[in-house]
Amino acid sequence: MSGLAFLIPIALGLGMLGLTAFFWAMKRGQFEDLDGAAQRILIDEEDEDER
Amino acid sequence: MNAPLALDTQGSMSLRDSRFTVPGMRCAGCISKIERGLEKLEGVDAARVNFSAKRVAVRHHERLGEDDLIEAIAAIGFEAQPVADNPMARDDHESAALMRALAVAGFGMMNIMLLSVSVWSGAEGATRDLFHWLSAMIALPVVAYAGRPFFASAAMALRHRRTNMDVPISIGVLLATGLSLYETIAGTGHAYFDSAVMLLFFLLAGRALDATMRNRTRAGIGALLSRMGRSAMVLDESGAHRTVAAEDLERGMLMIVAAGEALAADGVIEEGETTLDNAMLTGESAPQTARVGDTVYAGAINLGNAVRVRVTEAASDTALAGIARLMDEAGQSRSHYVRIADRASRLYAPAVHSLALLAFAGWMIAGAGWYQSLVIAIAVLIITCPCAMGLAVPAAQVVASGALARNGLLVKDGSALERLAEIDTALFDKTGTLTVGEPVPELDHFTDRQAAIALALARTSRHPLSKSITRALEGRGVQPVDLSEVQETVGNGVSAVFGGIAVALSRPDTGGFRIATGLRIGDEVTNIAFDDPVRHDAQVTLDELAAAGIESTVVSGDRAGPVSAVAGDLGLEWKAELHPDAKLAHIEKLKSAGYHPLMVGDGINDGPALAAAHASIAPGSASDVSQQAADAVFLGRSLRPVVLAVRVARRTMRIVRQNFTFAIVYNVFAVPLALAGLVTPLIAAVAMSLSSLVVVGNSLRLARAAQ
Repeated sequence: MSGLAFLIPIALGLGMLGLTAFFWAMKRGQFEDLDGAAQRILIDEEDEDER
Repeated sequence: MNAPLALDTQGSMSLRDSRFTVPGMRCAGCISKIERGLEKLEGVDAARVNFSAKRVAVRHHERLGEDDLIEAIAAIGFEAQPVADNPMARDDHESAALMRALAVAGFGMMNIMLLSVSVWSGAEGATRDLFHWLSAMIALPVVAYAGRPFFASAAMALRHRRTNMDVPISIGVLLATGLSLYETIAGTGHAYFDSAVMLLFFLLAGRALDATMRNRTRAGIGALLSRMGRSAMVLDESGAHRTVAAEDLERGMLMIVAAGEALAADGVIEEGETTLDNAMLTGESAPQTARVGDTVYAGAINLGNAVRVRVTEAASDTALAGIARLMDEAGQSRSHYVRIADRASRLYAPAVHSLALLAFAGWMIAGAGWYQSLVIAIAVLIITCPCAMGLAVPAAQVVASGALARNGLLVKDGSALERLAEIDTALFDKTGTLTVGEPVPELDHFTDRQAAIALALARTSRHPLSKSITRALEGRGVQPVDLSEVQETVGNGVSAVFGGIAVALSRPDTGGFRIATGLRIGDEVTNIAFDDPVRHDAQVTLDELAAAGIESTVVSGDRAGPVSAVAGDLGLEWKAELHPDAKLAHIEKLKSAGYHPLMVGDGINDGPALAAAHASIAPGSASDVSQQAADAVFLGRSLRPVVLAVRVARRTMRIVRQNFTFAIVYNVFAVPLALAGLVTPLIAAVAMSLSSLVVVGNSLRLARAAQ
């Protein structure tokens, strides 16, 4: 039973970590432009002809 | 991309943020073109595209005006409109709050479940009490935070002496939490924190889906809005030009209206002669000639020369604003529409409350003691507002609206889908709805040489007619010739020299009521007539509507001649020369005769009818007000989304009814068990998840509905 003393705080801590990460991501606007994020991966970072 | 913030030596005081909507961006290339193009501009600090909302946010120097930026975006090849202060901020806020509540409820649910499973699998004594205390510590803040949307709505309903779905939910959750807390303190061995939090989680999932659907559509429609002139170029007495917003225009000001611009106020022409497109206002497709002394109305588009107009009525006094007021009043009736979920809960909530009360009273009489009676009453409350009820409607509607959006129809909210499903008669506007709404040139009689010269001339001009010639010829794959000495004179057209011969696109010599232009090569003049053709699949769409039992009628503000021609081709009944209030009256007459009319229209003159109809659809090219009044907006040149909308809406309601039936069947089995006091938290939890999965799975069948 002494394992519980570690396991429960770890389980709660991981859950809190996930929740905090989600709140942080929302606050930073990570979900504002989901379609755009899908498109942006196709943009060539630095194409010479445009420079 | 993510431009590094340039070090601004002038200090950041002079930096400003502006937002523009750019409806034309469709691909990754557009994003990088706009962002890089803008960032190359002197005075632009950073530009960031939001592709979902079709917007670009620009951080720029104060000396750079909005007009400069719009011009810069136009030079990159996109049409842009400034966005006023974020009108959708409140909705965004609401859906963000729901997402946060959902995340918190999810966190709480998973951790409490973890503890509950241990208790169910036989944790005893001190361990069980410890787990219950831990559950309580997680559940109390989670319920307080994640339950707020329900508590607020329930409190609002109670304050107005009504009851809604949120009242039994709130009572159930609060009672279950309170009783569990009491049991935890007393150490009696039962706690229902898991049921309470799980219920919150699934109900929040339904709400969040609903909010997501509304936001996605609003972002899409927001990108289409404000194509109309919202400002005017005003000439001071000193002769200086400045741009004045439409609402700041005053009687007596002198506006300069360039070709292609929309009038921002009513007025009288003081100088110049032009043709005006009044289609938005009257539905009349043929442009009208306006001379000095003629009265012109806000919303009309100047097709010809630049004219000077003395403002007679501005802002809320214009004929346009009068129509807007009519719309406001007409829209009132729709707010009385009761959504299916609320209709269900009106029957459902009292039934649940009395059942729970009966269970409590029954067990008390049977001598079970107040404690056990209360536990059973709570079990009834929880099990009878299953997640299936909360998910039944939004899950189906979100999937359906997603399927429709992929087919070019944006539905504004779930209530619109419900009303679309009840449609039994349809009214169509003519110009811009049954027809494409823009002049299309007839070029079949052109030789290849003529076509090549016409394209070369037309593409140098921004005149609406030139643009449509360019579009038509480029669509045919015509290669333009090289011209020299290209000149555009306002009101007279484009002229140039090709191989030593003078060529020009100009006004034809023959007058007449149709719009036309002439191609001059040397001395030879060929006329180009413009037509506003019926949408290519209008006939198919109307036939399919008829097959679905919906009769269609044309209601137009245009003259009887053109209306009967179009209606005759399509085999429809028609009414012509209807003013906005006459259209409204026609709708009201149908409604009082027991019909559920669908209005499809684009013009401002259709606005009141769109607002009053049982359901309404507007094309993406429609005026702002019409798009706002309509329940759904369809994009592109096809009319088919209209019939798709009705068909999918009907299927959606079938699925919703199946979901409800399922939820009721579930209750028929679960309630007696709960009344008998046989439902343990485990059974409640498993039954709840299972019923939610069935409802969501059933709703997903709609994903292919629009094909």
